[in-house]
Amino acid sequence: MLEIRGLTVDVAGRCVLNDVNMIIEEGEAHVLLGPNGSGKTTLLLSILGFPRYKVKEGKIIFKGEDITDLHTSERVKRGIGISFQNPPVIKGVNLGSMVNICMGEKTDEITERTLELAGKMNLSEEFLKRDVNFGFSGGEIKRSEILQLIAQHPDFVMLDEPDSGVDIENMELIGKMIGELLQRDYLPSRRKRMGLIITHLATILDYIHADRAHVMLNGGIVCSGTPEEILSGIKKNGYEGCMRMSRKLGIL
Amino acid sequence: MPKIDLEKYSMKSEEHEPSELSKFKENRDDLSEVGYEIDEKERSGSYFQLDHSVLSSTSGQEGIEISTTTDALKKYDWLRDYWWNAVSPDKDRYTKQVDLKQTQGYFIHLLPGVKAEFPVQSCLLISQENIAQNVHNIIIAEEGSEVHIITGCSASHGVNSALHLGVSEIYVKKNAKLTFTMIHLWGPEIVVRPRTGIFIEENGTFTSNYVCMNPVKDLQMSPTAYCDKNARATFQTIIYASKDSKMDLGSNVFLKGDGSRAEIISRVIARDNSEVISRGDIIGKGRDVRGHLECRGLMLSNHAKIHAIPELEAETAEADLSHEAAVGRISEEEIEYLTARGLDEEEAASVIVRGFLNVDIEGLPKHLEEEIKKKIEMSAAVM
Repeated sequence: MLEIRGLTVDVAGRCVLNDVNMIIEEGEAHVLLGPNGSGKTTLLLSILGFPRYKVKEGKIIFKGEDITDLHTSERVKRGIGISFQNPPVIKGVNLGSMVNICMGEKTDEITERTLELAGKMNLSEEFLKRDVNFGFSGGEIKRSEILQLIAQHPDFVMLDEPDSGVDIENMELIGKMIGELLQRDYLPSRRKRMGLIITHLATILDYIHADRAHVMLNGGIVCSGTPEEILSGIKKNGYEGCMRMSRKLGIL
Repeated sequence: MPKIDLEKYSMKSEEHEPSELSKFKENRDDLSEVGYEIDEKERSGSYFQLDHSVLSSTSGQEGIEISTTTDALKKYDWLRDYWWNAVSPDKDRYTKQVDLKQTQGYFIHLLPGVKAEFPVQSCLLISQENIAQNVHNIIIAEEGSEVHIITGCSASHGVNSALHLGVSEIYVKKNAKLTFTMIHLWGPEIVVRPRTGIFIEENGTFTSNYVCMNPVKDLQMSPTAYCDKNARATFQTIIYASKDSKMDLGSNVFLKGDGSRAEIISRVIARDNSEVISRGDIIGKGRDVRGHLECRGLMLSNHAKIHAIPELEAETAEADLSHEAAVGRISEEEIEYLTARGLDEEEAASVIVRGFLNVDIEGLPKHLEEEIKKKIEMSAAVM
């Protein structure tokens, strides 16, 4: 289980998350919706523990352990993984090596296992030899990120807009692979892996069938419910409607 | 760079006998680090000079001549045409000193069409305190020949102060292909002034790989290549400057001949109090010439300094020259990305440094490639 309790986070002295609460049970996939700049990515990176994100108040409890003060690499070792929206280029470090790092292996050689995983993502051996993220297309970035996540084998998967900039052909592959990653093909009671997905497009939800959706506005979660309810609400009244409703209910 | 007091260094060297080579067999790893295989296995020729004495000059393949330049000049009158032709003795104080007080140097000659099966190796080693080693080398790759020359220059452990001056004149004839890999492993008190000129004839290919991963007191060099029609010159430089090292390095290419090409790639890491000037100059004179210069620096200390000076000079509208230069520190974003994959910050930084120095050097013997990788690993690990 991942539990976020009253999380308030500052970045460069500015409050960007305010009293966020969320519980993701084992085997559950949640969707995080909200306009640009509302704090969705910040929440993911705060859970990941990047140093720029200073927790002012609140706690992050992962599998029963308070991880609020742990270094990112320690959180990753405990089973937290992320697919970034815009990952940086690292010159001279190829994707194959990154996959090895994700698997905790020290070699630069491209192993059989790596090739097999890459094949699943429709990525070739040649592609594995390219500097990570250098000149990758939108779809390639997403596939490379998901490949690394699969190699990492995390218990909790965070995906930051895995569907943005992806063409229809790739969408199907990415959707299917995320579905597999989140064990959506298992019986609900058999699912172990947890997920939190930021998306602007509902398309990805066709592949994931998320358990719950949350709307984030101005650094706070303003409403939660089933993905169907939330999406139809947004379609009808927009995020503005969400905000009005929250104000009315005294949440904002 | 500060002016070097040449008088400070001694011209007197004790004579070394070829039998002394055997003592290096005990610490062969030291020589392997600069690419020299003491047992000469898988080498098509070897030249080994200790201080002022030549301990080995052997050819391992027909059509490859290896000797001292002094002997070669006695043997071949025609060699006079190559002597002080690609480098001028009046270039500076250092070339003058080599002209007046030469202490050997190698002559490597590939006869026309000869393709060396293995690399040819040379080692210029300094073992005596406060000595000046003034070598003058000549390499001639005749028409259609091909060779990879690996040259290691180093000072023995315990040498605190010394001067190495090296004039190298390299001739790559028509359709010949020469790769010249130079590995420097000096010491924090050694002063080094190589002076190199390279003539590349029609369709000739010259590739220089220069690797220096250890501290040096003061090193300055700026090899210059002159390309004829359709000739190609490539310079790849990998520098890891540490401690109080001062280095001023650059490569110059004159694209004289029509259709000639140049590529200059340098990767410089500066840490501690080191200072590096990283230069590059491509001059386009001929028609349809093309050149690219890539100069990247990574700063690992607030007390170090990297000064990148990429220069392009077009003397015709038909020259296509470009450069990219970037100097900076390790990006926080890259560190974070790697920590999100499970590495701690130190491990992440060494992966980035390793990647930064990861330049493909073609045709390097496996063993040497591993040596260079090992050095990169070591440097990246001690951050």
